[in-house]
This record gives sequence, C-alpha cells and structure tokens, in this order.
Amino acid sequence: MAMVRTKDLLENFNLTLVAGKDGIHREIITSDISRPGIEMTGYFKYYPKERLQLIGKTEMAYFLDLTFQEQKDRVEKLCTDITPGIVVTRGMDIPEVMIDAANESAVPILRSPRKTTRVISRLTNFLEARYAPFTAIHGVLVDIYGVGVLITGQSGVGKSETALELVKRGHRLVADDSVEIRQEDYDTLIGNSPPLIEHLLEIRGLGIINVMTLFGAGAVRSYKKISMIINLEIWDQKKQYDRLGLDEDTMKIMDVHVPKSTIPVRPGRNLAVIIEVAAMNFRLKRMGVNAAEEFSERLTTMIEQEKDDME
Amino acid sequence: MKEQTFTITADTGVHARPATLLVNKAGQYESDVEVSYNGKSVNLKSIMGVMSLGIPKGAEISVTATGGDEEDAINGVSEVIKEHLGE
Repeated sequence: MAMVRTKDLLENFNLTLVAGKDGIHREIITSDISRPGIEMTGYFKYYPKERLQLIGKTEMAYFLDLTFQEQKDRVEKLCTDITPGIVVTRGMDIPEVMIDAANESAVPILRSPRKTTRVISRLTNFLEARYAPFTAIHGVLVDIYGVGVLITGQSGVGKSETALELVKRGHRLVADDSVEIRQEDYDTLIGNSPPLIEHLLEIRGLGIINVMTLFGAGAVRSYKKISMIINLEIWDQKKQYDRLGLDEDTMKIMDVHVPKSTIPVRPGRNLAVIIEVAAMNFRLKRMGVNAAEEFSERLTTMIEQEKDDME
Repeated sequence: MKEQTFTITADTGVHARPATLLVNKAGQYESDVEVSYNGKSVNLKSIMGVMSLGIPKGAEISVTATGGDEEDAINGVSEVIKEHLGE
C-alpha cells in the first residue's frame, strides 16, 4: 500500500504551504479528517492528533476571540509531533501565533481557497481512494458496452484470446493477466492494470502486443468498475451448467459480492460473442427486463391453463 | 425400446427447475430419451422442448428410451420424477 504524505496533498490539490515546511514529509496514516472545534475550547482529552486537522470559518472565528495566552496554548496542543498537517479553508489569514507554533513543531499549515465542506469531501475522497482495500486477481478486465466484465479462468483457457476478439469487436481492454482491484465504499470494485503492463496483451504464439498502438486509443481504458465476472473453464461432461439463468451465482472479492457466470469452453464455441451477450443481458436485467423470469412466468400461466383444461 | 408412464403430482407441474433436473439426468445417457404428453413427443435432453409441453399437475406422461443403456436411462429418469415430480 502506497504511503500518503502531506506533500502529496500539496501536489494534488490547490493548497499553499504557509508554515511548517519541515514537516511536509509527515505521513498521513488515516483517511479520517478532524475539525478541532471542541479542542479550540481547551478540551483535548479525545483529540485525534494523528489525523489531518481542518480549520474552517467557525473554528477560526472562535480562535480569534480567545486571549493571546489561550491561543498560544491551543495551537501548541494542536501541533503534536504526529499531526500530519492543518488545513485552513476559505483562504483565511492565518494568525502569527499559529504560524510560529507550526514552524516550531514542524506541522505543515496548508491554505485552501475553497469552502470547508468542499475541501473535506475532496480530501476524504482522495484519502479514501489511497487507503481503499486492495487486491490483485489473475484475469482480464474488459469494458463491454459500458459493463466492466472480469474474465477469470485457469491459465491457457483462452482469456487473452477472448479479450483480443472483444477488442477487435470494438470493446475496451482495461487489464490483461493481472487486475489490480480496490474497493471503494462498501459496494464498488474498481479494477485497473499494473502500470508496467498497461495496454499490453500476451497472446501465445505472438508474444506481447500493444493494444493501444495496434487498435487505437478507443480500444483501451485505464480503470473500470467491475460489474460482473465470467469464469471460463474447460467443458466438464459431468458438471451441470446453468441452463435457465434463474439463479444468480456470485463471487466475493473483498467485501463485495459480484454476479458470476461460469461458461464452459469447447472448441467451436465463440466465447467473445457469448461474453458480449452476457454483458448485454446483464444491462437488460439491471434495466428490469429478465428473460428467464419472464419465461418462467409464462410457463406458470401455461401450466395453469392446461390444468384448468384438464379439469 | 423401453417405455414407462408417470403421473405428475407436483403442484407446479413440470416447471423450469424440475425440468432442468430431468434434462440433466437424461443427458447422462447415450440412449435417445423422449417424453410424450398430449400426443406431442419431444427429446427429453432438450430443456426448451420439455418446457414447451407445459405439463401440469395431474398429467400423464410417458417416457421412452431407445439405445444401449435404455434400461438405465428409464430407471434414472424415473428416480428424478419420483423424487421431484410424481409417481
């Protein structure tokens, strides 16, 4: 997991370093952000000192109303040796006493011209993404009609060949062979390629090919939400494959259950078309049209009718 | 050729899920297995065919098997029917 340091915030956001520049290499160890309002009153019992501190208009206004001695005491307690930084929003002026304390304890003070709520949400998003649970899976990730399909299966079953055919049919390759997956929120998985092998596809007999230079920028994407999993496996005579599509199988990646279909591979089966249709059918289901269920209802009606005719 | 007659007692008739069980069982044998109901006869190894008959509760169906393992096929299918569909 990549470490996040205070200087990463400076590089990624519209922030200016006002004081404490000796501390810009401090590590931010949590994505939580603290607004030290209660601390301004002098109550430091539960002060979350390891978090990034955010001072908005209210906190600053209260601070300015304090006596000089109180101000000095508060900022000294705010600037601990593990506090990664203090962000002051709305482009507010920063009092001398705060700057002095920050310089002395090497806690960076960063100023943002934006409103407090915006700053909180953007910082949280950034930190959450960096601290998101992370895993890597052997498979191929392709964007098919806007549906992120993760193709899994044993080595040599034909994942990369299928991906190539899908790209040729106008779909987009995200990652081949190894897919890095991070979880955002509770229910979203985002997949991307390891930087070294981005846009590359390995085809037995051809070697490594570059999909972007061969097929153009429209044939690749850098990341994509994973919506479904297609598991390819060599056709097993004894195994029963899904015939109806009434039940939805899932696979758990980190905390998220992703719909999964197992497709048996046999010479002469055009996997690219089958996967393409699986993606379209997935979209259709999410739009509320479920062919299998509709059929099942039709069958019920027909059987009922037959029964009535018999009686 | 082997033939056996069954009566469906399951409330839903031969619905999608029991039909799948039946078809998967029939698919395990080499013999040609057919089911007929109401004068129509379909291949018991084809799921869409079996469901298209729309067999209700109380219906009489007959299953025929022709081939090297016809005896086993009839017995296998009979087991599935007795377990899930009727007698």
